[in-house]
Amino acid sequence: MMEHVPNEHGRFGDFGGKFVPETLMLPLEEIETELDKALADESFRQEYIRILQHYSGRPTPLTFAPNLTRQLGGAKIYLKREDLNHTGAHKINNAIGQALLAKRMGKKKLIAETGAGQHGVAAATVAAHFGMECIVFMGEEDMKRQELNVFRMKLLGAEVVPVLSGNRTLKDATNEAIRYWVAHCDDHFYMIGSVVGPHPYPKMVREFQRVIGDEAKEQFLAGEGTLPDVIVACVGGGSNAIGMFYPFLQDDVRLVGVEAAGKGIDTPHHAATIAKGTKGVIHGAMTYLLQDEYGQIIEPYSISAGLDYPGVGPEHAYLASIGRVRYESVTDEEAVAAFQLLAQTEGIIPAIESAHAVAKAVELARQMTPDETVLICLSGRGDKDVQMMMHHLGVKEGEDVASAR
Amino acid sequence: MRLPVNRSLFIPFIVAGDPSADLTVDLALALQDAGADVLELGVPYSDPLADGPTIQRAAARALAGQMTLPKAIQLVADMRKKGVKIPIIIFTYYNPVLQLGEESFFALAQENGADGVLIPDLPFEESGPLLELSERFGLPLISLVAPTSKQRIEQIASAAQGFLYCVSSLGVTGVRETLPESLGHFLGEVKRHSRVPVVVGFGISTPEQVAMLKDACDGVVVGSALVQKIEQLLERLQTSEEKNAAIAEFASYARSLAAPLREPCSSR
Ligand SMILES: Cc1ncc(COP(=O)(O)O)c(C=O)c1O
Repeated sequence: MMEHVPNEHGRFGDFGGKFVPETLMLPLEEIETELDKALADESFRQEYIRILQHYSGRPTPLTFAPNLTRQLGGAKIYLKREDLNHTGAHKINNAIGQALLAKRMGKKKLIAETGAGQHGVAAATVAAHFGMECIVFMGEEDMKRQELNVFRMKLLGAEVVPVLSGNRTLKDATNEAIRYWVAHCDDHFYMIGSVVGPHPYPKMVREFQRVIGDEAKEQFLAGEGTLPDVIVACVGGGSNAIGMFYPFLQDDVRLVGVEAAGKGIDTPHHAATIAKGTKGVIHGAMTYLLQDEYGQIIEPYSISAGLDYPGVGPEHAYLASIGRVRYESVTDEEAVAAFQLLAQTEGIIPAIESAHAVAKAVELARQMTPDETVLICLSGRGDKDVQMMMHHLGVKEGEDVASAR
Repeated sequence: MRLPVNRSLFIPFIVAGDPSADLTVDLALALQDAGADVLELGVPYSDPLADGPTIQRAAARALAGQMTLPKAIQLVADMRKKGVKIPIIIFTYYNPVLQLGEESFFALAQENGADGVLIPDLPFEESGPLLELSERFGLPLISLVAPTSKQRIEQIASAAQGFLYCVSSLGVTGVRETLPESLGHFLGEVKRHSRVPVVVGFGISTPEQVAMLKDACDGVVVGSALVQKIEQLLERLQTSEEKNAAIAEFASYARSLAAPLREPCSSR
């Protein structure tokens, strides 16, 4: 039997908690108090749902993938279409929820960190929608990888601050966002982009993402008359995965989280936190992280900016530790192949993050029977990755041509 | 921890291994000569959430030189051998402590002659297990209060050991040109609840600021300003002919920051 998590100390078993400078304890307490009130307030819920429907286009469809299913000859594959959300990913669900909470708390300035730029775009979007200011911290390396999203954020009126510390990716952007928050917590609201960070963030983001799983469950039951056998989602910080998994935790459904294996989990170049990490504290939470023997955080690597993070949400660490969710990993190359496969079989270009889930689902479906089902959380669409992919595949084709001569 | 009485405390902060282990020992001696009452020895960390760019850069330099938490603690023993007698506080983020093991951390700190520990990302609510170890090993766990602490001040102050560290203003470490006007009121509030000396830090970087704060608290912590000075002196510190002169310059800079604390009390 699973415990009810998190407990009043923000713990998911051993994981979670609030490991932050004293300055942030009051802001966290204020958010916690207001969040609990908001979640119990029916009018808050209704407004959240109304904006999801009328602004973001929810509910997102559940799509059967007939061609992919036929080609694999195994389990039937279904996609939960978070890619069809406004702004192109699940991140908007959370951004809308947190913006409503910020509004309720009288805060008109948002701080966000971003990796792939999807959360940054979502934050910039809701800021425009609610008439708020928005400052987004983004690693300089990610700004290069996701140039298009940087411009989108600026178009939406946000200020994008390049982060030059560390590897200049998501971890460093998160550090800088937290530092900025420490200095401006009196009038700013920190809108975190995943189920990471100190309590109550992992719980809050889960509550604003569980709409994915709640809808999927209802849609699957309506269409199939039963629950899926397996559900697969990619895990960076873990927000789309928790959002999808949470409503199924008590059900007899196999849950598989997919981390980024980069160039391979036996190389130093990966972001497979649960597979290869150890217990420690990052960004205010006790969880698994990539670190050396002296507790210095190791820079992760993935082709996917959204999965390139050395920690993981504490609830995932907990679900891994009790064995409720299995965590696997997928390399850059496998994800790139799945990216192309889904595009060509179904006419759906997935985000490179989501392609990690597709790759694992393809592998699992092949080993299953046609009366079984696999549900993939397609967390986002791949428009943001097209340029990077062009580069990635272009170079390879050039090599092929050369070697053929 | 034995602190001098009837004297405003001057508490410098430097990063272990910036720019090298040996120089950290030399700089500690220089600070003692300059009138330091307590030394805060910072342990470099890859992701220091409470620190601004100056201390981030110092940490990066120290980490590039392979500094680690155990090595930083062992530096305390080297400092003792070379004649550093003032109390030394190990300032470290929590994650390196967890990897070393909380009990091993306290044992090592005690063995090497440290006098207390300060963990900036371990708030009161999460400090239970460490408080017990702190008591067992007789090494106070220094607490922080911030301008946002409000109702928490009383609880934190009444449990404080050694001294109580007040964060001057919202934000991370780094030199500040101005300190908030409300600081005096905040310090007064903290002093009302505290049974240990109340010191203030974050942003203090000029003798004028020290002079202004002197009567409102029991001491000041100066970090980024000293680390910035080390950064300016980097090359000279690492050149054998210029090293001693650079250390002397560092000491005289530290002395200038401590000087206002040593002048007779203006209010009495
Ligand atoms: C499309 C997409 N999927 C997944 C992620 C990973 O985040 P999380 O693990 O929180 O869902 C991101 C992050 O940027 C993303 O943009």
